[in-house]
Amino acid sequence: MATNTQIPVADRRAPVIEPGHSFSTIGEKISNIVLKRPISLGWVFGFFVVFSLMNVLLLALGYLFLKGTGIWGITIPIGWGFAIINFVWWIGIGHAGTLISAILCLLRQSWRNSINRFAEAMTLFAVACAGIFPLAHTGRPWLAYWMFPYPNTMGYWPQFRSPLIWDVFAVSTYFTISLVFWFVGLIPDLATLRDRAEHPLTRGIYGILAMGWRGSARHWHRYETAYLLLAGLATPLVLSVHTVVSFDFAVSIVPGWHTTIFPPYFVAGAIYSGFAMVLCLAIPIRAIYGLEDFITMRHLENSGKVMLATGLIVGYGYGIEAFMGWYSGNTFDAFLLWNRLHGPYSAWYLGLIASNIVIPQLLWMKKFRTSTFWLWMISLVVLAGMWLERFIIIVVSLHRDFLNSSWGMYYPTKWDFMTFFGTIGMFLTAMWLFVRILPMVSISELRTLLPEAHVHEAAEVEK
Amino acid sequence: MEEQKTKQGGPDVCPGKRDQLDLAAVKAELDQTTGPEYWRSLEELAGSDEFQEMLHREFPKGASEWLDSFSRRGFLKTMGASLALAGMTGCTKMPMAEIVPYVKQPENVIPGRPQYYATAFTLNGYASPILVESHLFRPTKIEGNPQHPASLGGTDVYAQASLLDLYDPDRAQNITYMGDVRSWNAFMEAVRGPMGVQKGIAGAGVRILTQTVSSPTLASQIRSYLDTNPQAKWHVYEPISRDNVNEGAKMAFGEVVETRYDLSKADVIVSLDADFLYAGFPGSTRYIRDFASRRNPDGNMNRLYVIESTPSSTGMKADHRWPMRASEIGAAAYALSDLVVLQTGATGIHEPPPEALKFLRDVSADLAKHAGSSVVIAGDHQPPAVHVLAHAMNRALGNVGRTVFYIDPVDANPANRNESLHQLVEDMRGGKVDLLLILGGNPGYDAPAELEFASALKSNAVNLKVCLSTHRNETAELCQWHVPEAHYLEAWGDARAYDGTASIVQPLIEPLYGGKSAHEIITILAGQPGLTGHDLVQQYWQKQHTGTDFDTFWRKSLHDGWIAGTTYAPKNVTTKVASAAPSPQASGIELNFRRDPSIYDGRFANNAWLQELPKPLTKLTWDNPVMIGPAMAERLKLTFKDVVELEFEGKKVKGPIWIQAGHPDNSVTVFLGYGRTRAGRAGTGAGHDVYPLRTSKNPWFASGVKLTPTGATYNLASTQGYQTMETPVGERPLVQERDLEEYKKEPNFAKEGEVPKELTLYPNVDYSKETYSWGMAIDLNSCVGCNNCIIACQSENNIAVVGQEQTLKGRHMHWIRVDAYYNGPRDNPKGFFQPVPCMQCENAPCELVCPVGATTHSSEGLNDMVYNRCIGTRYCSNNCPYKVRRFNFLLFQDWETPQYKLMRNPDVSIRSRGVMEKCTYCVQRINESRIDAERGDTTIKDGDLQTACQQSCPANAIVFGNLNDPNSQVNKWKAQARNYSLLGELNTRPRTTYLAEVRNPNPELKA
Repeated sequence: MATNTQIPVADRRAPVIEPGHSFSTIGEKISNIVLKRPISLGWVFGFFVVFSLMNVLLLALGYLFLKGTGIWGITIPIGWGFAIINFVWWIGIGHAGTLISAILCLLRQSWRNSINRFAEAMTLFAVACAGIFPLAHTGRPWLAYWMFPYPNTMGYWPQFRSPLIWDVFAVSTYFTISLVFWFVGLIPDLATLRDRAEHPLTRGIYGILAMGWRGSARHWHRYETAYLLLAGLATPLVLSVHTVVSFDFAVSIVPGWHTTIFPPYFVAGAIYSGFAMVLCLAIPIRAIYGLEDFITMRHLENSGKVMLATGLIVGYGYGIEAFMGWYSGNTFDAFLLWNRLHGPYSAWYLGLIASNIVIPQLLWMKKFRTSTFWLWMISLVVLAGMWLERFIIIVVSLHRDFLNSSWGMYYPTKWDFMTFFGTIGMFLTAMWLFVRILPMVSISELRTLLPEAHVHEAAEVEK
Repeated sequence: MEEQKTKQGGPDVCPGKRDQLDLAAVKAELDQTTGPEYWRSLEELAGSDEFQEMLHREFPKGASEWLDSFSRRGFLKTMGASLALAGMTGCTKMPMAEIVPYVKQPENVIPGRPQYYATAFTLNGYASPILVESHLFRPTKIEGNPQHPASLGGTDVYAQASLLDLYDPDRAQNITYMGDVRSWNAFMEAVRGPMGVQKGIAGAGVRILTQTVSSPTLASQIRSYLDTNPQAKWHVYEPISRDNVNEGAKMAFGEVVETRYDLSKADVIVSLDADFLYAGFPGSTRYIRDFASRRNPDGNMNRLYVIESTPSSTGMKADHRWPMRASEIGAAAYALSDLVVLQTGATGIHEPPPEALKFLRDVSADLAKHAGSSVVIAGDHQPPAVHVLAHAMNRALGNVGRTVFYIDPVDANPANRNESLHQLVEDMRGGKVDLLLILGGNPGYDAPAELEFASALKSNAVNLKVCLSTHRNETAELCQWHVPEAHYLEAWGDARAYDGTASIVQPLIEPLYGGKSAHEIITILAGQPGLTGHDLVQQYWQKQHTGTDFDTFWRKSLHDGWIAGTTYAPKNVTTKVASAAPSPQASGIELNFRRDPSIYDGRFANNAWLQELPKPLTKLTWDNPVMIGPAMAERLKLTFKDVVELEFEGKKVKGPIWIQAGHPDNSVTVFLGYGRTRAGRAGTGAGHDVYPLRTSKNPWFASGVKLTPTGATYNLASTQGYQTMETPVGERPLVQERDLEEYKKEPNFAKEGEVPKELTLYPNVDYSKETYSWGMAIDLNSCVGCNNCIIACQSENNIAVVGQEQTLKGRHMHWIRVDAYYNGPRDNPKGFFQPVPCMQCENAPCELVCPVGATTHSSEGLNDMVYNRCIGTRYCSNNCPYKVRRFNFLLFQDWETPQYKLMRNPDVSIRSRGVMEKCTYCVQRINESRIDAERGDTTIKDGDLQTACQQSCPANAIVFGNLNDPNSQVNKWKAQARNYSLLGELNTRPRTTYLAEVRNPNPELKA
């Protein structure tokens, strides 16, 4: 990062950091949010709301474990419902964080420095939310550990041909790497907080978490190397995790699932929804905490562009699905297409097309890309659209498959909604705490965006 | 309560009455028996009270007095049921006795090895001969009696499901007087007084109301009472009566006769609104077998014409079906009969529409071509005139004596049901009745509306009202005394099958709730209390027995399940009337009443197996619809879910609409049996009661019903969405079907589009080294959609019932289902039935996706489900193209009710929540046979082993066996040209395959 040669300050685009900042103002501004800023009534109220919502999740899960998955709307033939929809949706959302922190890091996209911290946090929380569902959706969750290959007296192993086992590995790896990556990135900032903290307890906690960071050149060297390696490790995960998740569907024989386009289309969709979530969070946070200097319009606009690009890939995916439905000559696939358009869930499908393909086309226009209001609205629409996409893939494919005698309908119950909104509560609760406990923008990385960070390079260039 | 300790404990073969028994006597007893009865007598003896007593006497009394027990059977029952019974019997003192372990294990009673007893289930008087599987004296499964001509191994849904009634925890468990618990003594005391009074006046105030009685013993008991008390009267009522049949016979022959058909010899069958291929039609089990035996397109295939009103499974199997309003069928029958018999060209008072006339002409030509080998069957709903016409046609065609036989009525009292009940109510209202004994039945609920039976019963006009019924039902509520009726598996009795063959009904278990049989109630009237059912039945048959060795005769009858020589011989009848004019058909919307295919007249309302049994055409569960045809729905702008109000003769009933393809226009069908108010936890409140619309004048159909939409909607729980029945998708039809002519030209039609077996990336698994490789074939041509396999499977495999709410969500648990499809115009489509169990695919999509390997392939090709390993991801079900997997979304299985614990098949594990389950090809039966074979150092032979669905199938439509045995029946079926795989194009390579359907339409009519 420190090797950036061009700092696009004089760019005609918006800067990645507003002028007038120095190492100390950055440190102060960001750490003050954690250390100095008093707890506002708004924060408390908001926390109360999201925390209550999280408790709805606990309630819903408690009742679920007590009674069984029958409290949900799933049935035969729709064996998977909200749980798997939510799982895929949350995992997808997580992808933006990894993409921003790892891939953009490797691609030297330094503008990412101001948004990667909370994007990574978002990843972690989203994956945590996602992780609830594979466990909760099993009929006997207390035995779900059987999906792990652990030594046992029966000599019994998981069935490695099942995509669900691949899922277990993919998601657990993803969560682990994301957590380590995030934590390593946090270390210099934790040290900053330690140094700035006044209360001995706060200082102690941050001190322990900072793992003895002193900021020596050797520390920085090791740190940079580790970070780069982790970025390298995380990069394939961006592609592999959702590819594996898409295998849950693509490996099966269900019309609407059994298609080879799923891996790229799922990954694009994941990034699409992930950036929508980044915008959804970044826009209010920067306004509330006065971070417009660090999360500038440049960041928002770039995110909008990523959304537009991935959205087009997703649209291409829909197009190919429809085309193959017709071109393959397979009547089951053709029926699936017909059923999406004319079946009982046609309104949902049209809603999906509208929110994932039609509405995001507004992002072609700079006016919408640079308006926080429109960006926020569009990202909400995309988030809803991507949820709908999973609904269409899972429910609509399952509800009418091969034997028409066994067709069915899916009616989600209040417990489905409680679980879904509960995970949103859990996600936001974690976010709420995160913004007050940890620096939501990376202090050390943001500092590298300042011209001062590049004096050596400038000197080199001058020579 | 000493009297509860009776000797009716079990299948008792020891003749006469003995107070004591010792080992020497046992030995002597056993020495007498030889041959096939030998094994039977042993355990029967062990179950007898004498044997128990003998054992008990060896131990000091105090040693086992902590548990009251009257027999080993009773002990087992009490052990299992202790929880519930503790509360239930809290008010009655159980007799004290000792229980000790066997000193010497009785031979042949091996825990884990079931025994089979022959007995009979009775519905509407007609006995279904059955074998009951008993595990340590607990009946666990009902099978057909393969040696009995009325069964040949098949059963019907009601007989299959009657097992659940035995263990029904809602059954009445106490004798009550005005709701208070009383003892049997108190009851006898209460009846004795009035009886004494009645004796003085020749029983003038005594009325006995029974259901149809075919029991020779009970009939002779009642008759002998009536002989001594000539003023007493015996009334019979049955809501699903055969009055029309009997009246028709009376008109035609001057006497009531039973008509019996031999469908195995019939080339052409014409049904005039007769649903003879579904349970409830007398002899249907045998008729299905005979009908199906003639459906082989490679043999001499029969042809079925059905002219019917309400679509039935019989109609759907027809080669030609002609929908007609019930009131128009009379005219059609008249026209047909004229064409067949007189050929005058007269068409009666109503001319059927020209196209119908053309149809009838072709039918009559076909009948004429097959004179002597055809059958005309008139339905029970059709008025006597139609029966007269059918008799006339059968006679004119020379069918009588060849395919049609007349025998004495099975019904011991073939009085007109409605008239009989009318008289009773009149007498009740007139204050002529002092003592009313209602033995079975539920007239308080199902009597004709205009009689207002319930109010007559409620009034104080009758001094003493006694009701004997299994449940404290609507009628019992209105009587002072209620005596719990023993289930037929708990009490001795006898009954006649549709051909007159008598069977001894022998109990397999002591009454769970101290129930009494009708026989025992009559003993009080006759002044011979203390006589047990066993004594009565045995005494009756002793009198009938002419030979010397009654003991052997009795044992043989018990063992075989029927009494030799009791089958009614065909009798000669003289035709009095050869033609009868049909009643004038009325205009207006016609209202049809039909028995419910699942719960019959309402008596099975609390039988959850039957409640959840998808009805053959609608696949509805837990409810009865108001059924109309598509044309009428369109005209009235009615759709599924709409609730309509039916108004008929001032009475109103509301019910949800079901649009049934093939239902005639301008006609409504409602189904009896629902809307019970006192049925029990399963039946109370389910559906709507249509009895208020039914009068004795119009028991089956009437004109002038008014249909008003209410604007309300109601969800009917159908296991197959209505939209799915008519719009098949896919490259290949799911049910392959051709006409006979087309089949002859292209016998391989069904295989078209199937993936060749060689077309695979992976090498096929070689099963040739295995001893067994299991497979199944289902003949769609034979299947008549009788639903028997579903209940048989449910009983065999301990399948849970989920209830209406869960069924609405699509969470029913049946391992085998019978899909119904229609093809053709909605007003008169062809119907198809397709039983779908697990296909046991070779390339099973479910196995691949299970993350924990809970479903795997066995070395014998079975797709095994390991419940213990299942964590419930449901991925297997998602990936199953046949959707035969069932998931325990909640704790569906009843783990609490102690009675159900007794009922379950101990060979099949009970699944808990969160576990996937599915058809196993009855792997427990495979393993049992394997153990037997291995003990004999041999292998399982073809025919040694039957799956539950196969065994119960009256049509022989299912064959299961070893594919590695080149001579096995299943291999022969699979080698047929008609054999095809369902969704074979997916290359799942199912082990369950189908024989395609071939219809045999009349070439004349096709054009």
